[in-house]
Amino acid sequence: MSLQRFISEAISPWMKQSGPDDDIVLSSRIRLARNIEKYTFPILTYQNEGEEVLNQIRQQVDNSHPNKLELLLMKDLEQIEKQVLVEKHLISPHLASDSSFGAVLLSEDESVSIMINEEDHIRIQCLSSGLRLQEVLENANRFDDWLEEKNDFAFDEKRGYLTSCPTNVGTGMRASVMMHLPALVLTQQLNHIIPAINQLGLVVRGIYGEGSEALGNLFQISNQITLGKSETDIVEDLKSVVLQLIERERLARQMLLQNSKIQLEDRLYRSYGVLKNCRIIDSKEAAKCLSDVRLGIDLSLIGGVSRTILNELMILTQPGFLQQYAGELLGPDQRDIRRAAIIRETLKLKEISDEERGGSQK
Amino acid sequence: MKCQDCKAQPATLHFTKIINGEKMETHLCENCAKNKSDALYGQNNFSIHQLLSGLLNFEHPIKQSQPNNFQVFHNLKCEKCGMTYEQFTKIGRFGCAHCYKTFDEKLDPLLKRVHSGNNTHSGKIPKRGGAKIHVRKRIQVLKNKMQNYIEQEEFEKAAEIRDELRSLENNYKNKKGE
Repeated sequence: MSLQRFISEAISPWMKQSGPDDDIVLSSRIRLARNIEKYTFPILTYQNEGEEVLNQIRQQVDNSHPNKLELLLMKDLEQIEKQVLVEKHLISPHLASDSSFGAVLLSEDESVSIMINEEDHIRIQCLSSGLRLQEVLENANRFDDWLEEKNDFAFDEKRGYLTSCPTNVGTGMRASVMMHLPALVLTQQLNHIIPAINQLGLVVRGIYGEGSEALGNLFQISNQITLGKSETDIVEDLKSVVLQLIERERLARQMLLQNSKIQLEDRLYRSYGVLKNCRIIDSKEAAKCLSDVRLGIDLSLIGGVSRTILNELMILTQPGFLQQYAGELLGPDQRDIRRAAIIRETLKLKEISDEERGGSQK
Repeated sequence: MKCQDCKAQPATLHFTKIINGEKMETHLCENCAKNKSDALYGQNNFSIHQLLSGLLNFEHPIKQSQPNNFQVFHNLKCEKCGMTYEQFTKIGRFGCAHCYKTFDEKLDPLLKRVHSGNNTHSGKIPKRGGAKIHVRKRIQVLKNKMQNYIEQEEFEKAAEIRDELRSLENNYKNKKGE
């Protein structure tokens, strides 16, 4: 497969769309957890029940589906294929690792993924670029209503949607926003902001990292509480916090530009240089440099590279993708070499294609 | 002190576990501890379910007057999926929707802890399965509205709502009787 095609297929089509505030907000996501009343939850499910749940939903999708949804059965996929889906955030590691009747329904542009027999029977996930929580919620609700027409969901007037884990009961909804906050990290403001955000019932987590380590200055802000607040209230609260973070990040960027432009430029261009010339790079350094280059693009310091470079390369340089492109299993050292190669080649490719298109794009 | 696993490196991590009143101490070096936690918990070392399980296991009988409370709850078993309360406290997840009824009495403190003091749903209601709930909620809204009109002495408007309420309530009773 050519690199060009590999890259274009690795990136979900929805990721290529621009969205509100997408200089800082990379994506918005809504996840709804639902269960069918008559079956035990997947953690306990005896073989035939798991199969019944899968068949029941499969039939409904075959008969009528609002968007084109493609069904992928976990048991039919190779380990690396599953890993690639995890790296694209289309399925959870849990679904990939152990579920004989696990499956996922994917929309064509990959903005909708419905996991079957994960921790709950059904997990609807809708994604969009930029800050668009309300629209994503409406989309998720449409799929929820469509499934609810055909299935008796486990629901209780007092407790709401009944989920396997008590942390999801109520709305069953997790709303999250992925943000790139390099200036707040650089100016050491984020450490003070996170505790305040936690007090509002929201969680800040580093993504792509182990535990809560924030690789590439990427953070996921999501609601912790699913009970007692309505879906709209949860989304509104999250949105208002995100808007404040955007404002603070922009201020911090301006401050850095005003007070230490040359130092900032030096750092960002050095990172660009590393990415363009490295021969061995681990995921941590790659993430740091990619974050720097993306900041450089956002501040119009670095031209000729597309803004989506961070999203793209963060996904492309993960173990599953590296191995899929290589067509073989790779050890950590080999991966560091492959990672360096794919970053160099992608940047070259991007620069060429941007030139062909007539210069830099914003 | 040397690590009790490899007996070579100095032990830098010390764990104390108390199970049923028995104290168990473990002393490991960083390497062995890492291997141990990987083997025990997989790569995702500390999950939300372990946290939940911790919350539940350290709960003591709430009322002193009922010393058997703890035991009684531990023997609770969901008649639909067979999940016992003890199992639930270990894995931190329910086995089926019916577990919520089986363990109902024990849930409020847990849910309040997890959801910042909330224990009652106020979000979306499924259209089909929740038709009666929708009517009940609508009746409550109308009753409040009527009360407001009565307090403001707008009796004509209150009467309109009273009529609407009557027909809704009749419908609801008919449906209930079905």
